[in-house]
Amino acid sequence: MADLVNLTIDGRQLQAAPGTLLINAAKEAGISIPSFCYYDGLALQAACRMCLVEVEKTPKLQVACTLPVTEGMVVHTDSPQVRQARKGMLEFLLTNHPLDCPVCDKGGECELQDMVFRYGAGESRFIDTKVHVDEKQWSPIVFYDAPRCILCYRCVRICGEGLGVNALGIGNRGVASEIVPNRGDHLECDECGACIDICPVGALTSGTYRYKTRPWEMRHSPTICTHCSNGCKTTLGVRNGEIMRANNRDHSGVNGEFLCVKGRYAFDFNGHPDRLTSPLVRVNGELRPASWAIALATVAKKWTELKARKSNFGVIGSNHTSNEENYLLQKFAREVLGTSNIDHHRTGDVAGLLQALHGRSNALATTADLYNTKAALVVDSDLAQEQPFLAFHLRANMRHHKAHVYVVTPGPVREDNYATSVRAELGQEFEALESLRERLAAEPELVILFGAAIKGEAVNRLVAFGDSLGIPVKYVCLVDYSNSRGASDMGVLPDLLPGYQPAAEPGWNYDQILAAPDLDALWVVGANPLSRHQLAAKNAFVVVQDLFLTETAQRADVVLPAASAYEKNGTVTNVCGDVQKLSRGPKTMGAKPDLEIIALLAREMRHNWGSITPEAAFAEIRSTVRGYNVPFVVIETGGAAAATPSMDGTNFQSQPELIRPANNTLYTSGTLGRFSKMLNSLMEAPGELYHDPRKKPVVKEGSVQLETTRTEK
Amino acid sequence: MRYNQPSPLEVRVISQHFDLPNSTSIETYLANDGYVAIRKVLGMTPEAIIEELKTSSLRGRGGAGFPTGMKWSFVPRNTGKPTYVICNSDESEPGTCKDRLLMENDPHQLIEGMLIAGWTIKSNRGYIFIRGEYRYLIDIVDRAIEEAYERGYLGKNILGSGWDFDLYTHTGAGAYECGEESALLESLEGKRGIPRMKPPFPAVVGAFQSPTILNNTETYSSIPVIFRNGGAWYAGLGTPKNGGTRLMCVSGHVNRPGVYELPMGFNLMRLINEVCGGVRNGKKLKAVIPGGSSSPALKANECDIPLDYDSLAKAKTMAGSGGLVVLDEDTDIVAVALRTMKFYAHESCGWCIPCREGTTWLKKILSRYHEGGGRRSDIDLIGELAANMLGRTFCPLGDAAAMPTAAFVAKFRDDFEAYLEKNKSAQAPELAVV
Repeated sequence: MADLVNLTIDGRQLQAAPGTLLINAAKEAGISIPSFCYYDGLALQAACRMCLVEVEKTPKLQVACTLPVTEGMVVHTDSPQVRQARKGMLEFLLTNHPLDCPVCDKGGECELQDMVFRYGAGESRFIDTKVHVDEKQWSPIVFYDAPRCILCYRCVRICGEGLGVNALGIGNRGVASEIVPNRGDHLECDECGACIDICPVGALTSGTYRYKTRPWEMRHSPTICTHCSNGCKTTLGVRNGEIMRANNRDHSGVNGEFLCVKGRYAFDFNGHPDRLTSPLVRVNGELRPASWAIALATVAKKWTELKARKSNFGVIGSNHTSNEENYLLQKFAREVLGTSNIDHHRTGDVAGLLQALHGRSNALATTADLYNTKAALVVDSDLAQEQPFLAFHLRANMRHHKAHVYVVTPGPVREDNYATSVRAELGQEFEALESLRERLAAEPELVILFGAAIKGEAVNRLVAFGDSLGIPVKYVCLVDYSNSRGASDMGVLPDLLPGYQPAAEPGWNYDQILAAPDLDALWVVGANPLSRHQLAAKNAFVVVQDLFLTETAQRADVVLPAASAYEKNGTVTNVCGDVQKLSRGPKTMGAKPDLEIIALLAREMRHNWGSITPEAAFAEIRSTVRGYNVPFVVIETGGAAAATPSMDGTNFQSQPELIRPANNTLYTSGTLGRFSKMLNSLMEAPGELYHDPRKKPVVKEGSVQLETTRTEK
Repeated sequence: MRYNQPSPLEVRVISQHFDLPNSTSIETYLANDGYVAIRKVLGMTPEAIIEELKTSSLRGRGGAGFPTGMKWSFVPRNTGKPTYVICNSDESEPGTCKDRLLMENDPHQLIEGMLIAGWTIKSNRGYIFIRGEYRYLIDIVDRAIEEAYERGYLGKNILGSGWDFDLYTHTGAGAYECGEESALLESLEGKRGIPRMKPPFPAVVGAFQSPTILNNTETYSSIPVIFRNGGAWYAGLGTPKNGGTRLMCVSGHVNRPGVYELPMGFNLMRLINEVCGGVRNGKKLKAVIPGGSSSPALKANECDIPLDYDSLAKAKTMAGSGGLVVLDEDTDIVAVALRTMKFYAHESCGWCIPCREGTTWLKKILSRYHEGGGRRSDIDLIGELAANMLGRTFCPLGDAAAMPTAAFVAKFRDDFEAYLEKNKSAQAPELAVV
């Protein structure tokens, strides 16, 4: 490493790496230089002029956000001249700012407020007329109030550089400058709301949150998004048990500042009026509300009877429930019900990958690896649609570290804009991979991310291809739901116990459970198999735990209202194996977390499991499940730690026919997504995978019809 | 054509073809030593060319007065990237009207100047960025470019040298800001015309991320004659470090306004009295804006000064673009300040806070002041706001707005005070918004 540069800031002798920007060198030393437009990881602007500092031997004040440190530099960040300049800048900013702080959404967490509070310009010398422009609505999610805008261009950059969407630009000039959406009068974009969250003031506000509450009235509850498998941390702002908004306000978690439309806005399923708030028990062929005591007793009685008759049980677990719940579910199935007929909707061949990688360690890529790897290869996934954070992360790696990204997909994907792309129909991937062999082999390392089309034998082939490159290769088996990985890791499988240990006697799998005419009891936890499949056993006793009266719940004999992932404590494992903590935010009266339901059922069935809490279950997982001895402190304090499951690779038989991708776009989220009014109100919804950008956008029937100015290329 | 009678005091170097019949045609140019310099230059090394330019002490005629030879020497060689030669013909500084004459009357001189720049950095492509309002000039320049192609002065293998050079015109879209070199490049590349962060300077990272020579129309037009007659000859026309002649654009209250080619260092009072026939209607001189609207005005008693970069800098103003505005004793300085600020508020690109908000605020204060709503505290406020902008904006446009304003208030405070007296009845109450 090159020699460090010596410099003095505010009388303190400091060292910094050559090329470090002054604003960052100061920050490292705990000296804060104010700025609006400077934003870590985005292009430099030097537009807000708030970070002007005095550098000795230069005649003018210098902009700290673009000035690299140099040897012997002597800087003053708090001299009278600097303070005066900051105050002057804020005074300029406030001239046309509406100062409607009392009603502004941002009031209380506004950077402009904080800056004026700290640096002054409290007294206005401006007595002339302010420029006023009416507020505009760009989409159901994004509203823009130009007078509040300080033109720091963060929104423009996060959208263009960060997401690669480029939906925002700058229009007009001078004092009339304003941010403009890509369709002139409206936005067609990912609707991710990154622009809103990154806005330092209240210029961009969200349709789900605006004018509903004040920031200080909410309790901020950090948890993990329950939609896709990327495991983004989202902080729920909860007021009176109701979610008001979601954002990742402290930029912690694997995702930093990133959240997609689902993470930020599709929390509204939680307060949907169709949420179940009371258990339902079928009486005379009709589901009727019942007390928890009656419902649980009904289930326990029936199961005890059936178990005594050595009946066939089937258990279908969830892709959304916590690791603890999945662990206890399979434990309940195996210990209490005495069955191995347990499975879940598999969206990726995780077990197949582990078998192919048996005997090696460090071959699974963590989320952080995607940002640090020198090269990545995506096979059969429309990443920006299906794995939005992974797409953002890879793009950030390309932007910040010049990582090379390769894509092999059946259709156009957003990564085409910067990646080396090869089009290959499903099943033809390996020919395409061969065409990339030379370039991939020249990379120092590689992370391969593969979608659901690579399953069974194809996984072995892919790993063999990786091996043949002669470079270190890590893998990510892409799965689709928030805890798909956890369900698999926790042994919600007929042939594998938690930690991928082989089961002594494999039970029925997902398809076999549904197709068995002699199934006597079916227990479905947080899944909706009957939306796509038939249940062969017409007389089976069906118990369903869910948030809504789904197709499956409608067939149930007992429905137990479950709490959503946002309403419970526990842990989940993301697509890359990173374990993170869920914490309870809102509450729906009448519903119970699945863990509590399972525990109550165990008690009803006279099984003494002791005190069952998420914490106790997690402790049991950490001590018993292979690869899950993750550092407790990291998880507990809201960090991410990668689980390292492995398989001995003896006699496991992959069942590729059971792998069915969710094929969710950015705007769909399985059954859950159907209950998000916000998602369904978007003109971009439902979207499609591998959408050709040269084609007209898919505008949903009945959604807001706005004239598009997009032209055919 | 020219719009004013020439003066016998002029030294006609770059305007020498202006009065010739058919001056825009290549025949006229060739018949008057045209394209002689490029033939000479094609036998010279880049180092020798730059040395000759340094000897000529030619300084950029766009406004900043940066030595041209030094600017060219900053262009890195053999970067593996293409290089570009770009002419800034986005002449928009109020008071300035010289580039249009150079293009209107002698476009081949400009082309030859650009060819010399192109050969120096082995560029294969040049652009002339002409302000959109000069629509009629594009036809003239395009016609000249066509002629140059026909005669082999542009295109492939120029004069058998094996070197190719293509030249294009490109129109601006009406923004003063695009006269700033990096904003011009952004506009040329098809983007919003906002300035770029510097460094890197265009010499290193200019058009299309490549090394670029970017000069003013008059600068390029001055180059052929330097290589015809020698750098030392050219330098000798002016004062030390201020070589050659320049086109002085005189407007305002003089008897004979117009564009005059005068040697660098020509005395301002002589320009007014002898070249331009004195102040109009026998009035007394009040002030002169010496280098376009961005330059701080000189009071009458400061006007006995040589018109060169260094002398004017010493007087805390600048030679700028050579646009001189002469103001007589009846001039309402508040109105001048307002008109100037209206221009800058209209032309601020909006990129940075102090320029965007500062120009508009100053415009509003000056408008109110001019309409009779001025307060005594406004006089200091104007000065303070200008000071808050000065040296703190992203690009020089903010300075260009702040400098003259600060000077108007400092030098003509009496005029501002008189306004308060005059409008006492209509005076607005002192408002305090806390």
